Amino acid sequence: MTTHATAPTSATEVITTGRRGRGPTPATGRRRRRTLFPYALIAPAGVMELLIHIIPMLLGVWIAFLSLTQLSIANWVAAPFVGLQNFITSLDPAGPIGSQFYGALLRTIFYTVVVVGIAWSLGIFAAVLLNSKFRGNGVLRTLFLVPYALPGFVTTIAWAFIFNQRDGMLNRLLVDDLGLLTERPFWLLGGNSLIVVIVVTVWQFWPFAFLMLLAALQSIPDEVYEAASLDGASLWKQFTGITLPMIRHANVVLLLMLSLWVFNQFDVPYLLFGPASPEEATLISPLIYQQSFNNWNFGVGGALSVLLLVVLLIASAFYIRLVMPKGQTIDD
Amino acid sequence: MKKSRNIRWAALAATAAVSTAALTGCGGTGGTGGSADPAELEGQTITYWASNQGSSISMDEEVLGESIDRFTEATGVEVELEVIPWPDLYNRILAAVSSGEGPDVLNIGNTWAVSLQSSGAFIPWEGDALEAIGGQERFVETSWATGGAEGQAPTSVPLYGLAYSLYYNTAMFEEAGIEEPPATWDEFIETAKQLTKDTDGDGEIDQWGFTLAGQRVSNNAHQAFVRGMQNGGELYTEDGQPDFTNDGVVAGVTQWLDLMDENGVVDPSNAEFTDGSQLPPELIDGRAAMMFDQAAGKTFAAAEFEDFGVAPIPMNSADATGKEGTQSHVAGINVSVFANSDAKDAAIAFVGHLTSDEEQKTLNAAYTSLPVVTSAMDDPAFDTPEMAAKKVTYAEHSQPMPLFPSEGQMETLVGEAIAGLFADIAQGEEVNEEDVRAALEDAQAQMPAS
Repeated sequence: MTTHATAPTSATEVITTGRRGRGPTPATGRRRRRTLFPYALIAPAGVMELLIHIIPMLLGVWIAFLSLTQLSIANWVAAPFVGLQNFITSLDPAGPIGSQFYGALLRTIFYTVVVVGIAWSLGIFAAVLLNSKFRGNGVLRTLFLVPYALPGFVTTIAWAFIFNQRDGMLNRLLVDDLGLLTERPFWLLGGNSLIVVIVVTVWQFWPFAFLMLLAALQSIPDEVYEAASLDGASLWKQFTGITLPMIRHANVVLLLMLSLWVFNQFDVPYLLFGPASPEEATLISPLIYQQSFNNWNFGVGGALSVLLLVVLLIASAFYIRLVMPKGQTIDD
Repeated sequence: MKKSRNIRWAALAATAAVSTAALTGCGGTGGTGGSADPAELEGQTITYWASNQGSSISMDEEVLGESIDRFTEATGVEVELEVIPWPDLYNRILAAVSSGEGPDVLNIGNTWAVSLQSSGAFIPWEGDALEAIGGQERFVETSWATGGAEGQAPTSVPLYGLAYSLYYNTAMFEEAGIEEPPATWDEFIETAKQLTKDTDGDGEIDQWGFTLAGQRVSNNAHQAFVRGMQNGGELYTEDGQPDFTNDGVVAGVTQWLDLMDENGVVDPSNAEFTDGSQLPPELIDGRAAMMFDQAAGKTFAAAEFEDFGVAPIPMNSADATGKEGTQSHVAGINVSVFANSDAKDAAIAFVGHLTSDEEQKTLNAAYTSLPVVTSAMDDPAFDTPEMAAKKVTYAEHSQPMPLFPSEGQMETLVGEAIAGLFADIAQGEEVNEEDVRAALEDAQAQMPAS
């Protein structure tokens, strides 16, 4: 380059120069590059998000409006359009699918509240316990993280063995060893099956709650507790007055994530019960699977997926609005 | 990202992403390939999804691996084998059909043939393709009829023939002084009751007359079909409409459930069994005396268990014929070629190899199933008591499962309804005919409109 443009001395000059149509100066070029650079960095992630989440999600919504069965699955683009029929079928409380949907929805809400409640309680208890220094702290931390580190597939199968009616460890303990029961109850059939799903899900998720809460607790300076202690605050008062408020933002995110994961739970019931859960333990995601892949009714499966999406969006919107009032920042 | 509004949007986006169970795919079909000069096939590679027919996946890999080696040696075509367990096979096929990305050759349960045919994802066996496997005449007529809907070119070719038989523990029969296996349903109940007892005197029954897999959906549907037929009922009307609640079907399903309920000859813990592979150990370990199975001989052989006998499935009357004389559906495994295959000629050649006279003898002898080509049927390998009993049932007392496109859904919905009733019985509930009818009515209401 043999010629050099004179650098503008002010922003006004840059704008004025630009308006005269003399092309970008090196400074504006740098600024544009600087503006575009972050977008370039996130572009691959954006494309992947589009391919992995957004497009399949839109296709899932589209499928909800089609009569998609094995007759049309090989060329689903040409599947007959049935408008809202799949939604009407799914929402009809008098119909077999609608009644299953409402039952599964209520059950899933109950299951989510119980699992998240227990997982959070165990997590906060363990986190508070291990946030103080004592001998064996490291061993316990590792031990508590084991359920999270083990493959869920393996642990759930192991749980299925434990809950087996005839030869399972639990019934051996309750009936043969402790003599607490005279009859061997069924855990994987009937009403008890929901308890089993709750137990196994809590086992899988509470270490995540523990991990997140422990990280949050470690950001609270010790001096705050020392000062409170000098002022005579009890441990419970310290917990409710210092700990909970100071980890509030971690809790907001943690509870939202746990609720979404648990509400969408599929792996645990599928591994415990196979493709068809007992009626008393049928959750929303397995119900969608059953309609789509057991009954080959992909249209209804799609409609149920959309309804699930709507329910979760509404619940999440309410949650976020209630927990984080408008204008509040994450780090205040 | 400081502001809460951004967090809200991010959270809502995450919600949407996490919560959608999306179904994606793309489709396409192709024409039928033809017979090709073996020299043209050399160097090609095809993929083959085999069903789990042996006593273990490794047994399948060994048996099929040897067969594939013979094919590769003769044609130069490499075959990549994957043996898929039964619980996964159906879904893998559906995923392959919907995505258009599947193997070149795959096994299917023959009762799924018409349902899968209606997807249009497999080549029809006609013209050059049919010629390449030696024509329809080579095949046993009953087996060939399972390949697709009546009046249409089949999209699957029979590979292994199967039929339900009654397997019983001969040592337990001998100990109880029972000389003959039961021939009628009443005799069967009586025999089962005789064999249901407390052997160690602790007040609890530890030996049961019969064992079944209460949560095994397909098996429940097969028994609904067989027992329904024996009682004069059918699961579909002649014009293809589901008819699960007719008196014959309800009576048949009630008979099946009563084995655990009213007759009390099945351990209630069997209501938790999800897999047929859980039954042979019950006979081997002396926990149960009888079971229905399609090919348990190979499993007994693998366990070196010899104290077993094989007899036809009991009927309501010993001399029943026709519909009332049904002892099994025409069971078996078929093989199909994906229409999207890039190596159709090699795939067709491989199906020709699997259904050749020699391979039919070798493979079916290993799997204790019946050959599906007439020329192999008289081979001495199929003269064992187990195979002889199966041959009679297959030829004289078997009816194909309903050959309608919604058969797949029917199996699932009827099988699940029965599984639910077994769960109720196991937990102490009494189930009568009206409960059965109501459960089947609910299943029928979920069937897609024809």
